Amino acid sequence: MRGTGFLSLHGVDKRFPLKEGELHVLGDISLDIRQGEFVSIVGGSGCGKSTLLRLLVGLEEASGGSLRLDGVPIRGTDPARGIVFQDHRLYPWLTVEDNVLLALANSPLDKAERLARVHAHLELVGLKHFARAWPAQLSGGMSQRVAIARGLVNRPKVLLLDEPFGALDALTRAQLQDELARIWQTEGITTVLVTHDVDEAVLLGDRVVVMEPRPGRIRRIVPVDLPHPRHREHPRLAELRSDILQDFTRRQAIA
Amino acid sequence: MSEATRKRPDLRGWVVPGVLLLLWWLATALEWVDTRLVASPAAVLEEAWQAAASGELWQGLAASLGRNLSGFALGSLAGLAFGGLLGLSRLAERLVGPTFHALKQIALFAWIPLLSAWFGFGEPAKVAFIALAVFYPVALNSFEGIRATRHELLEVARVLGLTPAQRLLRLVLPSAAPAIFTGLHLGLIYAWLATLGAEYFFSAGPGIGNTMIDGREHFEMDQVIYGLLVVGSVGLVLNRLAAWIEARALAWRGGGR
Ligand SMILES: Nc1ncnc2c1ncn2[C@@H]1O[C@H](COP(=O)(O)OP(=O)(O)O)[C@@H](O)[C@H]1O
Ligand SMILES: [Mg+2]
Repeated sequence: MRGTGFLSLHGVDKRFPLKEGELHVLGDISLDIRQGEFVSIVGGSGCGKSTLLRLLVGLEEASGGSLRLDGVPIRGTDPARGIVFQDHRLYPWLTVEDNVLLALANSPLDKAERLARVHAHLELVGLKHFARAWPAQLSGGMSQRVAIARGLVNRPKVLLLDEPFGALDALTRAQLQDELARIWQTEGITTVLVTHDVDEAVLLGDRVVVMEPRPGRIRRIVPVDLPHPRHREHPRLAELRSDILQDFTRRQAIA
Repeated sequence: MSEATRKRPDLRGWVVPGVLLLLWWLATALEWVDTRLVASPAAVLEEAWQAAASGELWQGLAASLGRNLSGFALGSLAGLAFGGLLGLSRLAERLVGPTFHALKQIALFAWIPLLSAWFGFGEPAKVAFIALAVFYPVALNSFEGIRATRHELLEVARVLGLTPAQRLLRLVLPSAAPAIFTGLHLGLIYAWLATLGAEYFFSAGPGIGNTMIDGREHFEMDQVIYGLLVVGSVGLVLNRLAAWIEARALAWRGGGR
């Protein structure tokens, strides 16, 4: 299934009906994401980042514009598009293994192949010894790893991540960032990461999309011109980070 | 609960029953009370022994437990089906939900005249009464459990492309399981209460409740108190059994630790 994974958003607009009037959440979002590219999206809370991902995964429908994957309009959910939510959303009554297996519930693979695939992905996220554990026994970081394995096990063309490390402590977060970078490099999967952490955005992204609110729009797109794998101490990353952060503080000063 | 406390059983729960037993014994031995109204522990034990030896105890118990379990099975199956339907289908909820919530307000015992008109005074009426007692908690808890399925987890099901059957089996039912068990557990308790109630209100027949009624009619308080103890013990055993099954079935909630 993999090998393609070209996302193209054109004039995407999203409004939620309210009791009176409507809430204009996204306005005129246009963006092309190359196959295998890693795009980070940053922006203050409420500027529509989650909504944009929910449109991409097919949980919401756009009010206007078009979203396409490999030229085909996105309609509804599809195994070709995987997502990792901020809250891991594991099923507490299923073991780690069964949670990941759930993503293959309708796969054409036979039982043995599914299990092998699940175990390979648990190994990829460093949890092969926890296959039989209950989610309640896992730490936040481990749960999020399982959620990543669940998002990847179906070999989607696109992986969407909505502030996946937002709730984790700094050390775990750094560790998972490195793991995500490694997984992305080995799997070559088109990845969109929403985050409010500018460091994270520049460390991982080929490009950083900076959004602004009311309605959510793209303010600018910052290319991160460094090869992977990157070192988080690289001075260029610090430069880019302060550049992006300045953007925010300046806007705050005007507003 | 730590390992240490689990190894040594906590006996503090036995203090109150122990004291009560002592008071009972003292009250009858020292004749603080009229022993025609309160039989002595020895007399009750004697009565129990005889009932067990003659088989009367087992007959009564078997009859009561039999109708208890038939009523429980009928009521819980109907409650699961009904609560499940209401939980899964908004249309069903809109159609029958209001009626159900209104009928729920009617006290259980108020159904007796109607039940006896439909089923007479024999075994079918007793079982129907028990089933009705079980039906409400099971239906209500199943309904609410299913409705409480987390929206976030339903979104995961959508993202993973689960079929409706897979959603039901992998998400909705396991998520509702704790509430369904609560309903069944309540149903079990109500069933036993209703079994006793049924034996009082419908015609005489074998049963532990009838043993007590007979005892009262013949003014044999040892028989009444022995019946009381049997009823309490059965209730306790049923309750423990339900808790045990529940803990096994919902191992994931404790994190298995
Ligand atoms: N289903 C919805 N109905 C109404 N308003 C919504 C809905 N989902 C999101 N919103 C609103 O859209 C705005 C953007 O939300 P969101 O996409 O979650 O922002 P972000 O992820 O950037 O913090 C918020 O004001 C939020 O309240
Ligand atoms: Mg968000």
